[in-house]
Amino acid sequence: MATERFTKDHEWVRLDAGIATVGITDHAQRQLGDVVFVELPEVGRKVVASEAVAVVESVKAASDVFSPIAGEVTHVNGELIGQPALVNEDAEGKAWFFKLKVVDGVALDALMDRAAYEAFVKEGS
Amino acid sequence: MGLAPASDQPLKRTPLSAQHLTLGAKMVPFAGYEMPVHYPLGILKEHLHTRGQAGLFDVSHMGQVCLIGPDHATTAAALERLLPADIANLRPGQQRYSQLLNDAGGIIDDLMVTRPASAADDGRLFLVVNAARKEVDCAHIAARLPAGVQLVPAADRALLAVQGPEAARILAALCPEAPRLAFMQARSAPIGGIECHISRSGYTGEDGFEISVAAEHAEALWQLLLNDDAIQPIGLGARDSLRLEAGLCLYGHDIDETTSPVEAGLAWSMQKRRRSEGGFPGANRIQDELANGPKRKRVGIRPDGRAPAREGTEIRALLGDHLGVVTSGGFGPSVGAPIAMGYVAADRAEVGTPVNLMVRGKALAGAVVPLPFVPHRYIPRS
Repeated sequence: MATERFTKDHEWVRLDAGIATVGITDHAQRQLGDVVFVELPEVGRKVVASEAVAVVESVKAASDVFSPIAGEVTHVNGELIGQPALVNEDAEGKAWFFKLKVVDGVALDALMDRAAYEAFVKEGS
Repeated sequence: MGLAPASDQPLKRTPLSAQHLTLGAKMVPFAGYEMPVHYPLGILKEHLHTRGQAGLFDVSHMGQVCLIGPDHATTAAALERLLPADIANLRPGQQRYSQLLNDAGGIIDDLMVTRPASAADDGRLFLVVNAARKEVDCAHIAARLPAGVQLVPAADRALLAVQGPEAARILAALCPEAPRLAFMQARSAPIGGIECHISRSGYTGEDGFEISVAAEHAEALWQLLLNDDAIQPIGLGARDSLRLEAGLCLYGHDIDETTSPVEAGLAWSMQKRRRSEGGFPGANRIQDELANGPKRKRVGIRPDGRAPAREGTEIRALLGDHLGVVTSGGFGPSVGAPIAMGYVAADRAEVGTPVNLMVRGKALAGAVVPLPFVPHRYIPRS
């Protein structure tokens, strides 16, 4: 059973069998508008929590995507390079950004679950 | 990822504010106003819709000002002391683009100047200036007008723009006089019975009209224009990408008090008599730049890859020396790729010159390209 968590910076992370999949939330893609460019990290890169790891650019602006947790990048979603608009179509599904091999999954406990994230978004709007 | 926080400062609203909210616009602060950045369609589709059919823009935040003098020659001479365009030879119903200049030849603001078509308005000039600059401009102009010429802000007017290949057809149905205007011509005429001042101009590179209307009739006019199936409301986001593709300057970004019109590639807006006679602020610098060339030039730049080079991106030569900075940059929806404008040293401004764009610490390859990125589709005088 995967653990799903959310950051205050509007990333989602799903941890399953030591692999964390990371993307941006549906709320984030709606705020950004039409995504036209995505920059992904290199496979093998070791990242720490809250490190800027990827970039998402909409027609309006560029935003960093921060890693919600420490780990080593094992996969990146190459489909986003040719088809950045996938982020607008399916932000919390097909448009994942990267996968990390995670050593300390407990660190996710500090992040929000879906109910807490939705309350956080509601509060901010 | 970071999303911009909301601002708490009190913002002014245009007479069309309620319309934007009804249409589901996302409102953002811009030049002291709460303005629609996009509607539910989104920036990309709004942009493409404008180029494909027609877009309706609320640009009521812009400053509308009237100069009133005893006759055209007097009012034109007063304004010519502040800018380098030929205003004296403007015919009735003709419009010109120009720039208010400081004593160093830098640009205080860029603006549209229109001589009204009606003989009853002789001695008047209509100015449209940038929202963020209207207080600065009005103070600057008012302090330099001779006795007998007055500046009167038209604060109770809205400004709408209809832009795109369907604009003339849409206006023709409501106002037979409108499609008879050529690019940069203007006249007063009713649109569906609402008295308006219409010019054939805009900020998208497309054919289109800008319509000044009394604030109290703005909503009725807005709704009337939106009745046509081919038109969509368009926000400031697409307005920015449209003008960037058209190679048009945005004040405070591509031009400011440090840039001269010659550096900015706007020498076309200085007519022959003014270039030779001078008599405008900064004439020494500008005449020198016209004769000997400016030190730097505004150019178009295409990054080779997919990554946009935004405003502030450093432009370097391939060997690493600093050439200049991107002043406007983003994704061009009609181009289908990132596009940018910026200033480079004049000897590196030639089309085809390879450059590096420093994006997030990495050098991205690009090249100087001709402006505009998308051909203008204005309707010339026949």
